[in-house]
Formats: sequence, C-alpha cells, structure tokens
Amino acid sequence: MSDTPSELRYAKSHEWVKNEGDGTVTIGITDHAQELLGDLVFVDMPEVGDNVEAGSECAVVESVKAASDIYSPVSGEIIAVNEALDDAPETINDDAFGEGWIFKVKLSDAADLDGLLDAAGYDATVAEET
Amino acid sequence: MPFIPHTEADIQAMLATIGAPDIDALFDEIPPALRCGELEKIPQGMSEMEVGRLMNARARQDGQPLCFIGAGAYDHHIPAAVWQLATRGEFYTSYTPYQAEASQGTLQLLYEFQSMMTALTVMDVSNTSLYDGASALAEAVLMAVRANRKSKSKRILLPRSLHPAYRRVVHAIVRNQGITLVELPFDMESGQTDSLVLEQYAGEDFAALVIPQCNFFGVLESVDELADWAHANRMLAIAVANPVALAVLQPPGEWGEQGADICCGEGQPLGAPLASGGPYFGFLTCTRKLVRQMPGRIIGRTVDLDGKTGYTLTLQAREQHIRRSKATSNICTNQGLMVTAATIHMSLLGAQGLERVAAACHANTSKLVKVLSALPGVGPVFKGAVFHERVLRLPLETKDALRSLAAHNVLGGFDLSADYPELGNAVLVCATEMRSDEDIEQYRSKLERVINARIQTPCQLKPDW
Repeated sequence: MSDTPSELRYAKSHEWVKNEGDGTVTIGITDHAQELLGDLVFVDMPEVGDNVEAGSECAVVESVKAASDIYSPVSGEIIAVNEALDDAPETINDDAFGEGWIFKVKLSDAADLDGLLDAAGYDATVAEET
Repeated sequence: MPFIPHTEADIQAMLATIGAPDIDALFDEIPPALRCGELEKIPQGMSEMEVGRLMNARARQDGQPLCFIGAGAYDHHIPAAVWQLATRGEFYTSYTPYQAEASQGTLQLLYEFQSMMTALTVMDVSNTSLYDGASALAEAVLMAVRANRKSKSKRILLPRSLHPAYRRVVHAIVRNQGITLVELPFDMESGQTDSLVLEQYAGEDFAALVIPQCNFFGVLESVDELADWAHANRMLAIAVANPVALAVLQPPGEWGEQGADICCGEGQPLGAPLASGGPYFGFLTCTRKLVRQMPGRIIGRTVDLDGKTGYTLTLQAREQHIRRSKATSNICTNQGLMVTAATIHMSLLGAQGLERVAAACHANTSKLVKVLSALPGVGPVFKGAVFHERVLRLPLETKDALRSLAAHNVLGGFDLSADYPELGNAVLVCATEMRSDEDIEQYRSKLERVINARIQTPCQLKPDW
C-alpha cells in the first residue's frame, strides 16, 4: 500500500486535490494512478483561463501503454498548469503528490471539497478495485 | 509478407470451432433492414481473356487525347522504374500492414516518405499519408479546431479560390461537428484572396485560415502576408500546397515570421497516374507542437536491444485502437501503394529533378498562355503570377469550345462556369512538362479553327441559284 498523504483530498477517478487555503486548489493524479499507467510520456494540459466543471475531463496523461483522461474533481477556473511537465512528464512517476502536480483551480464553490474522499476513503476505494 | 487467403477448408474449420453454421451467421447482429442484400447489379464473373477484351475496348473509347487539363490532378511523366518497383510483391499492398513491425521494409519506406515530405514542406513531422488532398485538408481543419484552444468559435476561413471539390469535401466532413466554414472572396483582378475583405475579419475568433499555394486558378497567393495575418489574429495557418510547386516555391514551413502550422495537399503529382480520378493520396505535415493532434499513422526510427536500427509505429496513443472514440480521427491507415510509388518517384527524380519538372511546367504553361492569347478574344483573366495553370477568357461558350476541341482530340482545359459563373466564359488550362511545343501548337491551331468557325460573321452574299 502506498503512503497516501492524509492532508490531501481524493476523487474516485484517482485525482488528488490540495486545498491551498486561499480559495484555490492544486490537482494531480495519485501515486497509485501513475503506477497503473506506467512510464508517462506526455501530459496534455488544460488552457489557463478555461472554466471547468466538477467531473469533467480537462487533461490527458499518456503513457507508453495507454492514454487516460483526467477529470477535474472541482468546478472553477484554471489558474495555472505545470509547464515543467511538457519537458519532463516522468516527474509524475517520480513524485505524483508533489512536483508532479498538473493544474491549479480557483474554486467557484468551496463545498465541492466536501464531496471528496479522505486518505482512508481513497485507500478503501483502491483496495476494492484490486 | 505474402497474402494467402483462407481456403474453403480453413473457413469450415473456423466456423465449426466457434459453432457458427455459415459466414452469414457472423453478421446476424445487423438488422435485416440495414443490410444491402444481394448485389444484383454486379455481373457474372468473366475469364481473363474476356476481361482483357473488354478493357481494350474501354481503353479505345478513352483514346489518347492531348491533355491540357489540370485542376487538381496533373499529367506528369512517371519513370517506368516507379511502378516496376512499387508493384514488387514485397511492397504491393494498399495499406500499412497489421503486424506492422514484422514488415521492416515497408516501415522504412514509409519513414523515408515522411522524411521527404518534411523536407519538401519544411515542416517538423509528416504522417504516412491520407486518402487524398481534399480529405487531408478536412483532417487539417479538424486538427486546427482541436489544437487552437484560444479559439472557441470552431470557425474556419476558407478562400473561394480553393479547389471547389476540396471545399465540398471539407464541408461534408466537418459540417456535423459544429464547425463553420466562412468563405473568403477573391480579387477579380489578381485572382488572389482579397486582402481587403480579409482585413474585415481581423480580431474575430477563427481557429484557422486556409492558404492554397497555388490556388485553384493557378495563381500564387501572398503567403507570407496571409500566414502572418493568421498568426496576428490568433489563428493557425493551414497550407494547401502542390508538392511539385514546392520544389521551386517558398516552402510552407517558411511562410511569414513563423511558418504555416499545418501543410496538406494532393500527392498525385508525385508518381500516381491519372487513372480515372484515383486512387490518389493526401499528404499531411505539421509543426512538432501539433504532432499529437495529427491523424493517421506515423513511423518512427529506433534501435533494438542490440543497438540495430529498426522502424516502428509511433505515437499510437492518438489512434483509434487505443483512444477509441477520443482518437484524433477515424483514419487509422494510409495509402500504402501510392506512397510507395511516390517515395520511389521522388528518389529517382531527386530534389533537382523535381525542380526541373516544376520549372518545365511553368515554362510550358507560360508558352501556352502566350500562344493562345494571340487568338482573337482569348487572354488571361487574372493578373496574378501563376505556377503551371492559368484561367483564360474565351470568345465563345466554354463548354462549346471544349466540346469542339475534344472532337479534335484535344482536352482543352477545365470549364469553370459551373463553379465560378462570375468569371463568364473561362477555362483553366495547364501544360505540364509532358506538353511539347508541337502539342501547344496543335492546341492553338485547333482553337483558332473553333473560334473562326464560331465567331465569323456569316457571309452577306446570298447565292442566286
């Protein structure tokens, strides 16, 4: 079992959400997700300034064996994307919960966070899948 | 890799294994109403001798007229070695093989094709071809709509000076995807896309501007200005180029400050004969930045475990078999045989050979235009510089003139009256490197006769018998 950080929130579709405390969140994919995908070769990032709806697809991660959609767990405006991933998508494999973040969203409704899983809840979801 | 079809025994063994009574049972999921039934109009099979006789009779109907028609498909010399080699068993397939990496020779050839097309267009990447020039443009438009995220409108600027068939095909392919094509008029004097009208669209939201070089009238567009204008207005620049013309013209990758973003076109002039309109092939090249939006197959070069060079399909995550409904396109194949011929054709000609072909086409068309323009009522419609085609005005109905010329065994050009009624009695003519001075003189003398017969004032004297 990977160490699932307790300070983050999670979506069943394997994204993590970090509440920055200023009405914005940082979003990435979990260590479990990167392990399933294998070596990442490309991240198709959303456009800064676009609005996203909770549950809508807004990015794509491509590995040597698959391409997967990333769903935004929250609604709001994309305020930043991790441009370092353009040249080094493998950062997600190395540090999924840290340097491998994918995009930041300015929340349109902070209540979106309440609907997400905590670390224990996410681990339970993963355990069910495997 | 030989192609060996299943024998009747193979088929029966497979059906027995899966427990199906016959082949039809495999399709029982398709409701009867959707099936086309028996192909009743298909005649009975014929022997080789009978087919040979029929084909000879058909070929005689075509005759061997002198061809001065271009309009998107061009009568170029194809060295005999091209099809001799392309039809070798090792190459003779219309597709990329399904067990791709088992066919290293085919993959290497496709890789060389990609290298040649990127060199010719000066773009970063090429796919292994699409069905034809028009469908390649439709794919380029779809690419631009996906790639240009700054644009939300899904609108495309498409010049009226673009090939009418291309405009129809693009419309047919993109209209159900919420994409709007906005037509740009051409300047009646120069034949180029009208820059004044273009300026009215400045600042508006479009995903891309399509830039033909040359346009359907053979006229060279101001590609630097058009590409820069597109980029200044946050549009992608899509080049539709004649590959032979690219041997002498500025390549799309160098148009304006940034170069075109996507280049596509018809590959027929590179070794495919004018066989009743096909099969031809489309080419598509783009910048590295757009490679993941490119449809179709891409071959990459790599090394195996022992460090030996090998070729492989690459970037397949874009494609249907991996991305399913989110693939860049439903195109998961290429025109393998046509591309084989084109690659051999370009290898035999070389860059300088292709340049000489282009120069000869330009010179012959200039000669043709000059000679024909000496006839009464004949002359160029547009002032703009051309590559190897030009629109000529005629002193009689175009279709009548062409019909009379055809009776004299001359295909006098493409009648523009249906697609461009605003041009009046106009014909699009082309003289490739295949047309000799005698051919041109023959066209001139026949057209002179046709004109004289038509426009001579009837004799006023009446015989008094």
